[in-house]
Amino acid sequence: MNRWSYVLIRVLQVIPTFFVVMVLVFAAARLLPGDPLTAILGERATEEMVVKAKHELGLDQPLPVQFWIFLKDFFQGNLGDSINLKVPVTRLILERMPVTLFLTLYAAVLAAALAIPLAFVAALRKDTWADNLIRGVFQLGLSMPVFYIGLQLLTLLGARLRWFPVGGYGNTFGEHLYYLFLPALTLGFNLAAILMRNLRASILEVLQAEYVDFARAKGLRPSLILGKHVLRNALISTVTLFGLNIGGLIGGAVITETVFAIPGVGRLMVDSIFGRDYPVIQGLTLTFALLVSLVFILTDVIHAQLDPRVEAA
Amino acid sequence: MSEPILKLNNLCTVFHTARGRFTAVDGVNLELFPGEVLGLVGESGSGKSVTLRSILRLVRPPGRVSGEVRWRGRNLLSLSEPQMRQVRGGEISMIFQEPMTALNPVLPVGEQIAETLREHTELSGNALRQRAIELLELVGIPSPKERLRDYPHQFSGGMRQRVMIAIALASNPKLLLADEPTTALDVTIQDQILKLLLRLKDTLGMSVILVTHDLGVVAQTCERVAVMYAGRIVEVAPAAELFAQPRHAYTLGLLNSVPGAGSTRRPLIPIPGAPPDLTALPPGCSFAPRCAFATDECTAQRPPLMDISGPESPAVRLTACIHHDALSAAGEVTR
Ligand SMILES: Nc1ncnc2c1ncn2[C@@H]1O[C@H](COP(=O)(O)OP(=O)(O)OP(=O)(O)O)[C@@H](O)[C@H]1O
Ligand SMILES: [Mg+2]
Repeated sequence: MNRWSYVLIRVLQVIPTFFVVMVLVFAAARLLPGDPLTAILGERATEEMVVKAKHELGLDQPLPVQFWIFLKDFFQGNLGDSINLKVPVTRLILERMPVTLFLTLYAAVLAAALAIPLAFVAALRKDTWADNLIRGVFQLGLSMPVFYIGLQLLTLLGARLRWFPVGGYGNTFGEHLYYLFLPALTLGFNLAAILMRNLRASILEVLQAEYVDFARAKGLRPSLILGKHVLRNALISTVTLFGLNIGGLIGGAVITETVFAIPGVGRLMVDSIFGRDYPVIQGLTLTFALLVSLVFILTDVIHAQLDPRVEAA
Repeated sequence: MSEPILKLNNLCTVFHTARGRFTAVDGVNLELFPGEVLGLVGESGSGKSVTLRSILRLVRPPGRVSGEVRWRGRNLLSLSEPQMRQVRGGEISMIFQEPMTALNPVLPVGEQIAETLREHTELSGNALRQRAIELLELVGIPSPKERLRDYPHQFSGGMRQRVMIAIALASNPKLLLADEPTTALDVTIQDQILKLLLRLKDTLGMSVILVTHDLGVVAQTCERVAVMYAGRIVEVAPAAELFAQPRHAYTLGLLNSVPGAGSTRRPLIPIPGAPPDLTALPPGCSFAPRCAFATDECTAQRPPLMDISGPESPAVRLTACIHHDALSAAGEVTR
C-alpha cells in the first residue's frame, strides 16, 4: 500500500461520517426549542395560518419523509429556501462564504506565521527571558476568550490609534488583507498559542534526536539542520493539531465576525439561529461539516507528505 | 613509525548536571597513525562515545571539552564553528551505533547523501546524483539508483548501516570515527559490515577509531587497542599483545568476563562490583575498588599511564596499572 491509497482510504472514511453529520443536523434543527412558525408568523397567528404555513414548508410530513426530501435536495445542491429571507440557502451561503473563508484562512496563515518562528526562538532559547516572554504572552492569550481579545484590539489599534479600520472588509485583495488583519489576528491568536506550545515541545524533543547529531557530524550548517531536519520532523504532530483546530477556527469566525461587523456566514448563522431558520441552519452546518472534512483530508495528505512512515500505520 | 595523524592531548570532557559535576573523559592522551584501525574498548559508561564526540566537538551542553585535539597541524578545539564544519564530514566522519535513529526518518536517503556532498564538494545536479549512486554502490547496496528515493525505514538494519557508511564516506574523509557500528546488528551482518569497513579503509586510505565493547570485534579488526575505564585510558597495546598478555587488571578482568575472542573455551568470570559512579571516583586508581590486585599504593594516588614497552620499540605498550608485572602470572591461572 502506498501513501496515496492511504489518503484515498481516509477520503472514503469521511463519507459515512458525513452521513452521520447529516442525520444529526436534521435532528438537531428539529429539537431546538421554539417553533419556526411562531418566529415567522408572530405570537398571534391563527390555527389556520399555522397549518397552511406548515404545509407550505413541508413540516407537516412525517420525519422520515422530511429527511428523505432533505437528503435528495442536498445531493442536488438544493438546500431549500430560507424561511425568513425567502431566498435560496445556497445563494445566501455562496454570497457570504468567501469572506468567512478568507478570514479563516488568513487567521490560519497568521497563526502559523506567528507560531513557527516563535516556537523556534522559544525552543532554542529554552528557559531564558525570551522563552518565558513568548510563552507568557501566548498563555495569557489562551486564557482569554476570542471576543475579549477582539474587543481590546479593536479599541486600541482601531478606535484609539486608528491604525486599522474597525469594520467591513474592503474591495480589493490588498484591502481585504488590511481590513481583516485585526479580525484574523483575533481569530488566529488562540490557534497560534496552541501551535506554538506544541511546536516548541516537539522541537525540543526532535533536537534530542540522534539524527540531529549525525547531521552536525556531517558538517551541515545550523540553519539547514533546523530548517530541514528539525522543522520537518517537529511539524508532523503539529500539522495534525493544526487540522484538528481549524474546525474551532471556523466556529470562532462566527464570534469574530459579530465583533468586527463583517458580513460573512458567521452573522448569517447567528441570525438564523435566533430566527429558527431551519434550512439556513442546516445548510450552514453541513457546509461547515464539509469544510472541516476537507481540512481533515488535507491534513492527512500533508501529514502523509511530511511523514513517509504513515503507510505503515 | 610515521607521524601520528591525530593526537589527543589531555582531552577532558566535564558535564555540569543537576546531579553534580563529573568528568566523562578524564585527561585522555592518545595517538592515531595514518591508515591505522584503533579499537577503543571499555564497559558501558566508560566515556568512549563522549571521547569520539569530543574530537568533533559534538558534545552537547552541559558538556565542556578542554585539552587539545591535534589534527593535521591544527587544534580542533580552537577552530571557529565554520572551520569546524569543514572538518566534520569533510576530513573526519563519524558513524553511530543505531542507524535507525541516526538517519533522519523523513528524508529520502538520496537526499541525506546529497546534502553532505553539497556541503563538502562542488558537485551539483546530475554529477551529484551520480556520486550518490556511486557511494551506495561502493557500500554494496543493490540497485542503488532506485534506492535513492527510499526512506530509512524501507531498508533492513544492515543496509541502513551501509547507508550511514556511504554518507560518512561521501567526501573521502581521512579519519572515520565509528561508534559501535555493528552492535545493533546480528552476527552475520556484523561480520559483513566490519569487512566492508576494513576494505573501504584500505581503498580510501583512511584511519579508523572503532569504539566497541565487543572484544571479538577488536580481535577481528583492530591493530591497536586502547582500553578505557571511568573516562581514562588505562591500557594501550597492539591487539594481539593485549589479548595474549593484558597489562592492566581491568583489561584482564574484561578478557575473563567475555567469551574468548577466538581463543579456547574457558569459564567466564564477571568483573565483581558495579561500574564506577563518575560523580564519586576514588582518589587513586578508579578500578581499585573492584580489583583483586589492589594495594594501598593503588588507592593512595592516581597511577599515571606508564610506558612499559622495551627500549627497542618505545610507546608501544602503555598501562596505568601499578601491578602490571604481577598480572602476567595471575593471568595465566585464570585463563
Ligand atoms: N549529554 C550528556 N549529558 C550528561 N551526561 C552524559 C552525556 N553524554 C554522556 N554522558 C555521561 O558520560 C558518561 C560516559 O558516557 P559514554 O556515552 O561516553 O559511555 P560509553 O563508553 O560510550 O558507553 P556505551 O558503551 O554505553 O555507549 C556516562 O556516565 C554518561 O551518562
Ligand atoms: Mg557509547
